Amino acid sequence: MSELARRLAVLMLGAVLAACAAKQGSVVLLPERDGKNTAVVVTQGGAQVPLTQPYAAANLTSGGPKSYQSSAQEVQSYFGAALAAQPLPPAQFTLYFVEGKDEFTAESKAIIDRVFTEIAKRPVPDVVVIGHTDKLGSDAVNDPLSRQRAEVVRNALLARGIAADKVVAVGRGKREPVVPTAEGVAEARNRRVEIQVR
Amino acid sequence: MTHSQSGRLIRWLLTSLALGLALTTARAEIGQIKTAKGQVSVERKGQVLPGQVGLLLEPSDVLKTGADGSVGLTMRDNTLLSAGPNSILALERFEFDPTTSQGRFDTQLRRGTLSVVSGRIAKQSPEAMTVRTPSAVLGVRGTEFVVAVDE
Repeated sequence: MSELARRLAVLMLGAVLAACAAKQGSVVLLPERDGKNTAVVVTQGGAQVPLTQPYAAANLTSGGPKSYQSSAQEVQSYFGAALAAQPLPPAQFTLYFVEGKDEFTAESKAIIDRVFTEIAKRPVPDVVVIGHTDKLGSDAVNDPLSRQRAEVVRNALLARGIAADKVVAVGRGKREPVVPTAEGVAEARNRRVEIQVR
Repeated sequence: MTHSQSGRLIRWLLTSLALGLALTTARAEIGQIKTAKGQVSVERKGQVLPGQVGLLLEPSDVLKTGADGSVGLTMRDNTLLSAGPNSILALERFEFDPTTSQGRFDTQLRRGTLSVVSGRIAKQSPEAMTVRTPSAVLGVRGTEFVVAVDE
């Protein structure tokens, strides 16, 4: 075989291999805003690639996922339009109650004003009010109680002029304490209502 | 019927109606279009709706963007999804219990580009959210990533 023929054969083999592993897409893990751990597991054709570091990436190919390291620049040039369309993240506020009452603390009244500033920033705002309890009592008691606290806050928002169909009230019961405690412990900081504007 | 009886009946009817409406919307809507630019449409049960800011999304909706289009959604569990130009995004399955945070969220990017910030469903159970492409499945352990599907 002549040198030329051999080179041609190598080139053709290369082209065939490239076609075999034709690129079908890609996935890039982005850095976390709050610095927490984050991961995406890419599964393709029986092969798995976990992406666990900022800008860790995988090309999806007909030969399975191929890892590589992407960059902020590459992400911006390829995904700029998608990222620019991202909605504002939900804004979160926490209200506390005067102990044993359906009445906000003075600080909480000021927070309600900030909620309305946030609502005004958004073209089609909707609000979720989430009630929480401490770990005293069972779910059967705490679920309705947390929902009731959320309803009190929802009604306060409605009284200040938000349309009723824009606000939902839900109860999380004792599932998401801010201060971890054992079961059966009364803890004022866990008796709260979160407002999420989105 | 006395005046006060009919008043009570009307109030009861209005309350039932309002409650019924509230329950219906609570069940049907899974998210909302929060941003939109250029050509954006939503396919729903064989119909094509304009993908305008404010549109409430339903399970099985398929969003499409044109060459100049982009769209951003906030789902009920606070997941943020946004697609760039020439994209097709199918909201295949969405179930969410706001009390327990349990649910299931599966989407498919059929074409184009997508950015994802995962929400409460993935935070509660990392197995409960997937983003598929025509050839791959992405398991979402959290939280921010981008996906492209080439044509």
